[in-house]
Amino acid sequence: MERHFVPKADREYTKADFASDQMVKWCPGCGDHAILSSLLNTFPKTGHKKENICMVSGIGCSSRIPYYVDTYGFHSIHGRACAIATGVKLANPALSVWVNMGDGDSMAIGGNHLIHAVRRNQDLNITIFNNEIYGLTKGQYSPTTKFGQVTKTSPFGTIDYPFNPGELVMGAQGTFFARALDCVPALTTDIMTRAAQHDGTSVVEVLQNCMIFNDKTHAAITDRAVRDDRTIVLEHGKPMLFGKNKEKGLRFNGRQLEVVTIGENGVTIDDIMIHDETTEDTGIHMMLAHMHGDLPVALGVIRNVKKTSYTQLYENQMDEQKANGKYKCVDDLLNSGDTWEV
Amino acid sequence: MSQDQICNKEDLVVRFAGDSGDGMQLSGTLFSDASALTGNDIATFPDYPAEIRAPHNTIAGVSGYQVHVGNHIYSSGDKCDILIAMNPASFKSNLKWAKKGATVIVDIDTFTDEAMEKAGYTENPFTDELERAYTIIKAPVTSFTAKIGQEQGADKKTADKCRNMFALGIVFYATHKTLDQTFAYLERKFAKKPDVVKLNKAVLSAGYEYADKLEVMHSHIFEVAHAEMPKGKYRNITGNVATAWGLLAASERSGRQLFLGSYPITPATDVMVELSKHKSLGARVFQAEDEIAGVCSAIGASYAGALACTSTSGPGLSLKSEALGLAVMVELPLVVVDVQRGGPSTGLPTKTEQSDLNQALYGRNGEAPLVVVAASSSANCFYWAYNAAKIALEHMTPVILLTDGYLGNGSQLFRIPKVADLPSITPRLATPNDPNFRPFRRDDEKFARWWALPGMEGLSHRVGGLEKCPDGPLSTDPENHALMTKNRQEKVNRVANYIPDQEVSGNPDADLLVVGWGGTAGALTLAVEEMNNEGKKVAYTHFNYICPLPKNTGDILRKYKKIVVCELNNGQFAGYLRTQFPECPMTQYNKIMGLPFEVCELKEHFTKLLEK
Repeated sequence: MERHFVPKADREYTKADFASDQMVKWCPGCGDHAILSSLLNTFPKTGHKKENICMVSGIGCSSRIPYYVDTYGFHSIHGRACAIATGVKLANPALSVWVNMGDGDSMAIGGNHLIHAVRRNQDLNITIFNNEIYGLTKGQYSPTTKFGQVTKTSPFGTIDYPFNPGELVMGAQGTFFARALDCVPALTTDIMTRAAQHDGTSVVEVLQNCMIFNDKTHAAITDRAVRDDRTIVLEHGKPMLFGKNKEKGLRFNGRQLEVVTIGENGVTIDDIMIHDETTEDTGIHMMLAHMHGDLPVALGVIRNVKKTSYTQLYENQMDEQKANGKYKCVDDLLNSGDTWEV
Repeated sequence: MSQDQICNKEDLVVRFAGDSGDGMQLSGTLFSDASALTGNDIATFPDYPAEIRAPHNTIAGVSGYQVHVGNHIYSSGDKCDILIAMNPASFKSNLKWAKKGATVIVDIDTFTDEAMEKAGYTENPFTDELERAYTIIKAPVTSFTAKIGQEQGADKKTADKCRNMFALGIVFYATHKTLDQTFAYLERKFAKKPDVVKLNKAVLSAGYEYADKLEVMHSHIFEVAHAEMPKGKYRNITGNVATAWGLLAASERSGRQLFLGSYPITPATDVMVELSKHKSLGARVFQAEDEIAGVCSAIGASYAGALACTSTSGPGLSLKSEALGLAVMVELPLVVVDVQRGGPSTGLPTKTEQSDLNQALYGRNGEAPLVVVAASSSANCFYWAYNAAKIALEHMTPVILLTDGYLGNGSQLFRIPKVADLPSITPRLATPNDPNFRPFRRDDEKFARWWALPGMEGLSHRVGGLEKCPDGPLSTDPENHALMTKNRQEKVNRVANYIPDQEVSGNPDADLLVVGWGGTAGALTLAVEEMNNEGKKVAYTHFNYICPLPKNTGDILRKYKKIVVCELNNGQFAGYLRTQFPECPMTQYNKIMGLPFEVCELKEHFTKLLEK
């Protein structure tokens, strides 16, 4: 049986309740501003008690976010946000724990912690701000930088093949993966709210623009002129349609996904795949997360699978042992086994 | 056996040695438990290879377990009175640990040409000279055990596993003990396998009877003195279990849930293994994906209000360095248990050393002071773990507890305390909705901040690795950084106001002061005691509080003409003392062999110093 550990708020909050008094020091026009705004809009929707919300971040531009949110917050060290958050949640399951990291923080120096956090499926809400560059150190390539891109440390183009965060999460048996755009804050808020409802580790990748060191890295899909054709917003139980007038769709042709146009070559709405975010098999979800090039980039909740969370399992064991364990106090333990009086 | 054949001894050292799979650790444990239960004081020391099963019959695969029993036992003893060698390789590598004249029991069946060659023998090891130097008992352990196995219908493999019981039977005879305790253990351990119980008991008895029939054994029976110990209830305990239990007691006494985030590493793993059993006592153990996640999860747990700990050994402590700097910066309580082993790098994973001291004191970037304490016996690991937790919680600081492989794996008698009798622990919890709460505001006495936990209303705040000002927000102001740096140091310094004075034992009026710290107390205590008994004046002081040092440390050091700092490293504590007390000339006695001190080597060195 699913148990809820985070207490519900006894009042309604607004976005303003969560804004901190600290000056936001990101570059003007940085995508992080929009993500912060989405997050501040999300907290009132979760219904969680404000003092039970805890933000944990690593190091990087995006990791400054705890200072700009009026909740408990821990701005930790590079790569370790997941590990610290794991301890926070284990020590007090009544906390709603939010982990914020950049692409380098989460997938380079912190890659090990990310995959293990995902594998464990503890109830953490992870957001990865993916700008495909190291911004705070001024422009070195990251694990998600596009192959061949020239950066300060790849003057002849990168020869590193990039990670796709969605594939990484699913490879690590992730139960929730979604993708958002910094420039569509309403979608980001929707997704984050769903992530908060998910019992287990949720990973939300937000494609974020760094104006200074990697400007327009996502422009090929986010520009208003092309966005409708280059992206698809997936919705559970609905056909996978996109395009300005939802005239295009995705069809599984037996081997792979392909783009088709309704009304052309005999294609009807019935040929279009229906999105099922809950299917346990990662096959289609992996294909959706992978889409690029001729296929539209998938946005929205791609995967949302029920699997008993580490948090539930841990608390069940704690309760079981407290009820039935051999020792009720440390004195019992000290006096257990072979002892003798002198 | 008649009384006049029995040799009475104050103490006795028995060393069990065999191939890694020969069950020597178990034999040693069974012997020490039986001794403790029959009124001896005990100390044990396992000496085993890093490999789980190195090639059969090789020197590399030899596993040993030394037990010291008697009255007033401080250490696991230097050389043994009885050596059990289950194969030629263990005989060859362990004979050097036997006293001249010791009883040496070998399984003669294993001394085949092939096995002797593997052990590096080119000719028969049992020379006349050797036979004169030791009482060698060539017991047909394998063949006797096999015969009993056959009689009971056990297969060869099962019977082979009981060979250690035959040897143990001989030892029980030689030490004038009964088999009752071990019978009871076997019945408990294999309650669901009556065949196994029957076989093991038969083999154990056969060993005992075999010894009884040997003429030579009758003049080699040792009766060890009963221990004169303070009244109380006792048990046997290893240092690692004592550490785990000390943390549990501190959790119960402080009312803070215990959290341990750790990663398996020799010789510290047993702390995690032990705590993993105790969810019923509220122990939240997390086996992390690596050492860094171990300490980071603990820091997260501490932020959320737990008594948070991580356990490790040298290489793991290196990996945790950056996170320890974070713990210093955010000023959260944290206990780091470092069960030291031979280093650097992978070094000697199963051997003991005290060479992580500098790492504990200095191994972080920036000015990053924290508290360092050290346990000095397997049993007092309990109190030092408790104390480390108390300091961490009451002074809002990370504390490194240094133990070592010798203490951690070794065992000792432990007088069981009542948790209610332990010193109280008062965590510095903030008050919800306190309008005066600021994240780095301090009190005047301890100079420590208050602990506001997520979930507490009205105290939301941010911590992190970046420098903050006392009110909480980030600050890069030069004056503020200087102030915060000094404040963090001052907080650690002030712990000295809450610890007892350093004491001097032995003969305080001596010219020579022996200085030790941590896990070497057993051998040092005995060496100093014996020398004073022999009329050679020696004073001795042993440190458990390393950073900060007790406030009277300088007063003590300045009193003595000659000071020798003894440690199992190349002089790290000596160097640390010299930086603080440059006026005190100090010599060093160091051992870097992965082994504990021997009393005889210490006495020899101290005697030389007295004669100088």
